Formats: sequence, C-alpha cells, structure tokens
Amino acid sequence: MLEMNQIFKVFYEGTPDEKIALNKLNLSMKPGDFVTVIGSNGAGKSTLMNVISGKLTPDMGTVTIDGTNMTSLPEHKRAAKIGRVFQDPMAGTAPTMTIEENLALAYNRTKKRTLSFGVTKKRRDFYREKLEMLHLGLENRLQAKVGLLSGGERQALSLLMATFTDPKILLLDEHTAALDPARAELITNLTKEIVANLGLTTLMVTHNMQQALDLGNRLIMMDKGRIIFSANEEEKQELTVEKLLAEFQKIKGGGGLSDRALLS
Amino acid sequence: MMTAMFGAVESGVIYAIMALGVYLSFRVLDFPDLTVDGSFVTGGAVASILIVNGTNPFLATFAALFAGFLAGCATGVLHTKGGINPLLSGILMMIALYSINLRIMGKPNVPLLAEETVLTKIEAWFASDWGILLFMLVLALIIKWITDLFLKTEVGLSLRAVGDNEGMVRSFSANTGWMKVLGLGLSNALVAFSGALVAQYNGFNDVGMGIGMIVIGLASVIIGEAVIGDSSIARATLAVLVGAVLYRIIVTLALRIEFLDTGDMKLITAIIVIIALILPKVLDKQKAAARKKKRLQQLGGDPVA
Repeated sequence: MLEMNQIFKVFYEGTPDEKIALNKLNLSMKPGDFVTVIGSNGAGKSTLMNVISGKLTPDMGTVTIDGTNMTSLPEHKRAAKIGRVFQDPMAGTAPTMTIEENLALAYNRTKKRTLSFGVTKKRRDFYREKLEMLHLGLENRLQAKVGLLSGGERQALSLLMATFTDPKILLLDEHTAALDPARAELITNLTKEIVANLGLTTLMVTHNMQQALDLGNRLIMMDKGRIIFSANEEEKQELTVEKLLAEFQKIKGGGGLSDRALLS
Repeated sequence: MMTAMFGAVESGVIYAIMALGVYLSFRVLDFPDLTVDGSFVTGGAVASILIVNGTNPFLATFAALFAGFLAGCATGVLHTKGGINPLLSGILMMIALYSINLRIMGKPNVPLLAEETVLTKIEAWFASDWGILLFMLVLALIIKWITDLFLKTEVGLSLRAVGDNEGMVRSFSANTGWMKVLGLGLSNALVAFSGALVAQYNGFNDVGMGIGMIVIGLASVIIGEAVIGDSSIARATLAVLVGAVLYRIIVTLALRIEFLDTGDMKLITAIIVIIALILPKVLDKQKAAARKKKRLQQLGGDPVA
C-alpha cells in the first residue's frame, strides 16, 4: 500500500546547520498494516509524515502509494488517498464553520468539488450516522460552530473527518499529545475502533511508548533519519516499555538518561 | 435634509454591492485586498466606454463584472504563484490598474450625462423617485442571496475554509491557490459591477473615484457586523448591506456639520473605521470590568486597583 524507497531529505544543505532529516529510509506497508513510530525529537518522524503527505518533496527516493508513484505530486493532489490528523486539535477543523460544514469539506476529499450544496438532507443523515460512532453527542449539534467544541471533541471530529471517506493511508501525527490523559485515552480508543472497523493502513507517530505498544501490529523506532529498530507482529507482542528503552540504549550506545526522559 | 438622506440610502445600496465584494475577500478569504481601489474604477471605465460607444447599458454593466473578475484573478495569481504578500499584491495591482483604467478611458474623466444608462432607463420605466432605490435594493438583495447560496456549495465551503484553516482544507484535497484566485476574482467582479453602477449614478467615470474604496468597504463590513452581527453567512451578508447604507447616512450627517466640507470625506471615513474598530473592544472591556467588579463585591473581596 505504501512503499518508501531510499528516501533522503536534507535541510539547510551546505551550511553549518545542515541537517539530514531522512537518511535513505526504506519503509513498506501492506494493506491493513498499523505501524506505530517512536523516536526522540529531531529523529525525522515529522519529516517522514510530511514526505508521505506531500507537504515536503524528498531530495532522493520514491514514494509509492496504492501503486502510484507520488514522489513529487503536490499535497492537495495526493490528499484523495491520504487521511491525516495533526497534533494540534485546532489544525484539523475549520473553527468558524459548523460541524456539518466541516464534514462536508471532508466528504469532498475523494470527489471533485461542484456547485451543489455541501449539506443536503440526505448527506446530513449520513453525517449524523457517522458522528454517532464518536459517542460524544455531536450528532445532535450539527449546526454548532466547531470553534465552540473542546479540544478533545475537535480532535475526535478531525479523526472522523480524516477517516470516513476511506483513505488508502491514515497518518496520525501525535494526535493525542495535546490532550489531557482522559481525552487522550478516548481518542486512542476511537482510533483503535475506527482503524479496526475500516481496516485502514495506518502510520502513527507518538511519544507515548505505552500507546505505541498498545496500538498497531508493527512498531518502528527512528533516530537520525533512519529506522534503527523494527518489530513485526510477533516481536511486538513480546515488547514492553522497559525492553524498548533497553533496545534504544543499546543502539544509541549509553548516555541514555536524557533520551529515557524524552521517551517515557 | 430628507433629499440628502434619500440620496444617502440610494447610493448606500449601490455601494453595498462593492461592500459585499470586500466581505468576500476581507472576511471569507481573510485577505485584505487593496485591488478594490483600482477594480472599482475599472468597472466604471469599462461600462462607461462601452456606453459612450453605443453598447446597451445593461450589457456594458455586465461586462464590468468580467473586467473586475480578471483584475481580482491577477492579484490572486501574484499572491499564490508569485509568492507575494497579500497586501503587497493588492497594492501592486491597484497601481497597475490606475494606468490600465486611464488606457481604457482614454482620458481621466468620461462624462455620461448625455448618454442612456441603466439608471436613466430605470427612471424611465418606473417614472417615480423610488424607482432607482427599489431597483438597486432588489438587485443588491439578489446578489446577497446568490452569495449566500454560493458559500454553501461544495466550492463555496472550501473557499470559506481557505480563509479559516488553509492547511486543513489542503489536506482535504482542495487546491487552495486556485481557490484564492477564484475568491478574489469573484470579490473584484462585484466591486467592478458596483463601480459601473456608481459611474452611471454619478453621471461620469473618474479615474480617481476609487481612492479609499477599500476603506469604505471595510467600514461597511465592520459597522454592519457591529449592528447586525455575523453569526451565520446570511446574517453576515445582510450586515454588510445594512452597514453600507449606515455608512452613507453617517457620512451625510457628518457633512452637515458647518465646519466640514466634501474634501474631508476620506478623513471622516478613516475616523469612522477607526471608531468602529476600537469601540467594540473598549465596550467589551468595560462590560467585563463591570461584571468582574460586581462578582468580586458579591464575594466580599477587594478588586486589584
């Protein structure tokens, strides 16, 4: 479903600040794979997400999604195949528009926008039915402006908007990091439920190791633009936070205290 | 006094169409578009030259719509493809249009007094002093209604989302660049259309009549929002129409003060906008302070200073 081949991306090349964000990275995901990505700040996780979504174009390598080479396709053109939820709950929704209008925007991800109304009676029933899956009562507040919702509600809505049109790839970029523990758990459970129901191919970045272990069927650890550790389905079952940290320290070679603080 | 007021309402309704255009760029797209100062005259220039050369005035006014659309699209392309900052792309287009308008008109002022215009035609049809006001009111309301409907279509929704959260709408596969170009085109189409009507209303088109038009548009939008509110699209566009008429009434009243003359119009406009921008904030602050004081007294504490 997703093939990333020898992806290389460097920032500020030729200056003292030069940073190799992705260093000949390879990643392959089968349909239905749910891969969690961990790694300290600056490991290249966000660049990885941005290269897949098309916000960034890699300097070398190819990105193939659903059999199509999309390496240099602009973001809005490949968005038909990609659903995305950001860390900032404000980033995934339009605050001055109503819940149903936001859903109408998301509905058009895979379809050409026309001059027909975005919210019709039939579509409203469809939106309501989808909102019921969130168990937040949002289905009764279709005409409420999204800016009035809480961070957790907005993030749940973002998750729904990114997924209800069946994307080929779902990108979750630390999408629970800005929420309090209770809301984070709610969104985590919703993620689990939605991804399982739709069988979505998902890539999730997280700083929360327990979450990385609880969710998904594969786990990768990144450092300095490379994948330094990878666990498949069976290996992942055996993993614990302690084992992961030990693994990380082994690869990094000592001096793990600051990284331990970063990762736990 | 009554005639002055009547005139104020009449021209207010015509300028309201321009203000709707400003609403589209300034509020919906969140793009302060100074092209307006130029495209307003472009509309008048295209219509008046066509009328002078014998084109049907309705057709000529309609042509202004397209001229304005092109001007707005040019600003949009400067910004999205050229990567020029929004304010600057508008200013550049405004200054470029000044020369283009002179080229279209051939001279700085095109008189229309001896010509048959949309306005003279309406006067002839209705044979009443209310004719122009009613016709323009219906026209403005129809344009408002079409705008409301458009902003609820799939394209209209993504246009609004571009002004609200650009990154988000791009992740839902909308081409935000072209959306901005389209939005600015539509905005300036309305502005030019209004310019064409104003030229015919005044009986001439002058190359300098667009100066400060953006500020008048902003004044209309802001005054309207303060009085009517903007809780929904239909309400916000209605607010713009009301705001445009209120602005004309305020200016007419201000000009009745002995000391002020017509040359002070721009100054008055600037002051109105400044007041309209600052006053709501001051009022909110005072209300909040009063509320706090009352609550603290209930709690039996001493407020800080």
